[in-house]
Amino acid sequence: MSALRPYAAILAVLAVLAVLPVVFTSGTMQNFLIFTLIVALAGQGWNLLGGYGGQFSFGHASFFGTGAYAIAILQERLGLNPWLALPIAIGLGALVGAVIGTLAFRARLRGSYFALVTLAFAEVFRIVANVLPVTGGAAGILIRLNVDPLNFQFADRAAFHWLTLLFLGAVMLLVRALERGRFGARLVAVRENEDAARALGVDVLRVKIAAITLSGAITAAAGCLYAQKFLYLDAMIAYGPWISVEALLAPIIGGLGTVFGPVLGAFVLHGIGELTKTWIATLTGGALPGVDLVLFGVLLIITVGFAPRGILGLLPRLRVRAA
Amino acid sequence: MYSPEILLTAVLNGLMTGSVYALIALGLTLVYGVLHIINFAHGATLTAAMFAVYVLHGAAGLDPYVAMIVTVPGLFALGYAVQRLVIGPASHGDDGNILLVTLGLAIIIENALLAWFRSDTRSIDVPYGFSVIEVGTLFLSLPRVIAVFGVLLVALLLWLFLARSTTGQAIRAVAKEKTGAALVGIDVGHIYAVTFGLGAACLAVAASLLMPTFLVNPRIGNAFVLVAFTIVVLGGMGSIPGALLGGLFIGVVESLSGLFMGESLGQIGIFLIFILVLLIRPTGLFGAKA
Amino acid sequence: MSALLEVERVTMRFGGLTAVDDASMAVPEGAITGLIGPNGAGKTTLFAVISGFLAPTAGRVRYRGDDITDLSVHVRAERGIARTFQVVQPFAGLSVRENIAVGAYLRHAAREEALAAAGAVAERVGLTRMLDQQAGALTVAGRKRLELARALATEPTLLLLDEVLAGLNPSEIRDMIPVIRRIRDDGITILIVEHVMQAVMNLCDRVHVIAQGKLIAEGTPAEVARNPRVVEAYLGHGAAERMLRVQGGG
Repeated sequence: MSALRPYAAILAVLAVLAVLPVVFTSGTMQNFLIFTLIVALAGQGWNLLGGYGGQFSFGHASFFGTGAYAIAILQERLGLNPWLALPIAIGLGALVGAVIGTLAFRARLRGSYFALVTLAFAEVFRIVANVLPVTGGAAGILIRLNVDPLNFQFADRAAFHWLTLLFLGAVMLLVRALERGRFGARLVAVRENEDAARALGVDVLRVKIAAITLSGAITAAAGCLYAQKFLYLDAMIAYGPWISVEALLAPIIGGLGTVFGPVLGAFVLHGIGELTKTWIATLTGGALPGVDLVLFGVLLIITVGFAPRGILGLLPRLRVRAA
Repeated sequence: MYSPEILLTAVLNGLMTGSVYALIALGLTLVYGVLHIINFAHGATLTAAMFAVYVLHGAAGLDPYVAMIVTVPGLFALGYAVQRLVIGPASHGDDGNILLVTLGLAIIIENALLAWFRSDTRSIDVPYGFSVIEVGTLFLSLPRVIAVFGVLLVALLLWLFLARSTTGQAIRAVAKEKTGAALVGIDVGHIYAVTFGLGAACLAVAASLLMPTFLVNPRIGNAFVLVAFTIVVLGGMGSIPGALLGGLFIGVVESLSGLFMGESLGQIGIFLIFILVLLIRPTGLFGAKA
Repeated sequence: MSALLEVERVTMRFGGLTAVDDASMAVPEGAITGLIGPNGAGKTTLFAVISGFLAPTAGRVRYRGDDITDLSVHVRAERGIARTFQVVQPFAGLSVRENIAVGAYLRHAAREEALAAAGAVAERVGLTRMLDQQAGALTVAGRKRLELARALATEPTLLLLDEVLAGLNPSEIRDMIPVIRRIRDDGITILIVEHVMQAVMNLCDRVHVIAQGKLIAEGTPAEVARNPRVVEAYLGHGAAERMLRVQGGG
């Protein structure tokens, strides 16, 4: 049993998340939950590289979009079953991660420079996807409606919720395992001090490339789930800056470099976001686009400035004060 | 193949666009040169300045060029305050934090504008909007020619300010040696904020030069921000002549690649240059810091 | 005693400045070798070349007879060369145990083994009581010990110590010296770059002296201390003669 102890908290959180679609049965609520889980998954990918490895990417859209487009194109253009397309799409996300990582880290880009180059790659993907015939160009690409679990489309939203949760749970357990092992220790060492890590026999370049590759795979999986849930993509959805921002906001606000950070951050952000939108709508009698994102921006600045370890970092302090 | 005239027009158009790019990059590179930070909110601030020009024209009937009387001091004050009250205190001097704080600012500005003005694209009508001047066989848009001279004037004024004024000397001292500058009694926090204000003021000018011929929507800054980063990286981070040359160069590259590859793909040339310069020579093509 | 490490005619130039000029030296196996010199003499540069953080302009570095000049830092660590940093570099977000484990993972892939090895190393340098503290919370003396522990955890054959005593007070230095001796007695060869003279004289079996980029003397601590060129390098021109006169008179 003791071998399971480090994973018990994760399993407990997953159990709570699994009950949600049973408690909340409205379609809007269930869609909200699925979307939030997908953001949390993309955030897990960002967190592995940014939170544990200290390399802040501003372009995780590159991986999200590659996963999303790959699963859509393989189905629609090549007639592949989406379940078969899924591992290929995730593999392509990993490949994009490996290529961008190899180029950027070999050139010793870090800090702002790394952030900028990842952003530029995402923009190149977006512009190319917007004109290529295979992606459907500016019109986008539709995945044909064919509701069948064998076809990765579910009539029951709860089923899709559990499937997404399965991915998120697997990634959380994986991240916890990495955190407790050699790779995690080396990744954090690289984040804290590259020279010292090198002197202790850590191949810094290899660790960083491994991290961005895995990060790319995880975020590509989020892209696949997004594509299968909403069945439509265009360049702005798949490779747009919105997902790069979502992927970094969730872990930073939840708690950088922690397993629960991205999940907590995604739920807090989108929970607050939805509440604000509803509140403003009842107040003014109309929707106010972007108001949730204004709030996210404020939260980002407050977190960076005054709670660098995110909401999770605040929790123990509160507990101490209460005691 | 295109006729020489079409090519020449494309190059001239590129130079005219590039001069405004150069001005936007000038603000960015100035802030980088002194504070050593990458201001991610630069594009969103430009959008805000463009909306300010739009509102002043619509509500008060101010000509875009006249609007500078309001927007330049306004944006300077805003930049000063944001650096002093938000970026400085929230980033604790850490590179990664600054990046995230300015990203947060960009998100706030962009979406506040979205909430206010919605996502529609707007433009303003001025009587000289479509005026042209004839140069030989070519017709050049009058507002865009004005923009070129406007940018040159701002660059000259900025250079004089940095070279001659006491504050300018303090800015250069801080850029070169922060600790030393503090030791001789320069208020580094104040100089940082002044520099940030100057960067924002450059955007106010750029907004006024752009608005007679350009359109504005809440996301328009994104189109400029990566271009401006490319120019700054290309010209050498912190280099003012580098920003000017880089701006003109990128303007021409964009115009020509638009000609050969079509509008939508035109920007790819810029991003590829950006990526290549970062990967191969992050110190820039046009040499060292000013 | 054969040489574990050999520095062959290493020169290091930065632009017009020659920081290390045609330096050759050997580090014999099983001993503590000192590299000393006045400020700005080039000892830090030579140390950086030996540890692989700088590539020399000319010359070679050999380890067990193999040319390692072009090997990257982490490969040297795998081969058994570890180093500490003068300005201590703890991984701030990690506990002392986890800090040491990063070194231990080089030889032990499994978590339990690496953590056990980290605990054992901590005992050797006297950090056992601090194992679960955050590394950032350690005192200067504690951090110096942590530097030593992390390097030891890579199970090196050759340990390069960069001013491991600098910044410590006399009583902390007294506590640290036996720790370093014990490491040598465990069979680890040590090269120590040091500023604190008394400690070097106490610890080292052999000493090399560098001044203005050149190695100017070599011998036992006692020999080196009597060497007039060394005295002059430290105290200035004519100092050796004055000292002799004073000693003769007294």
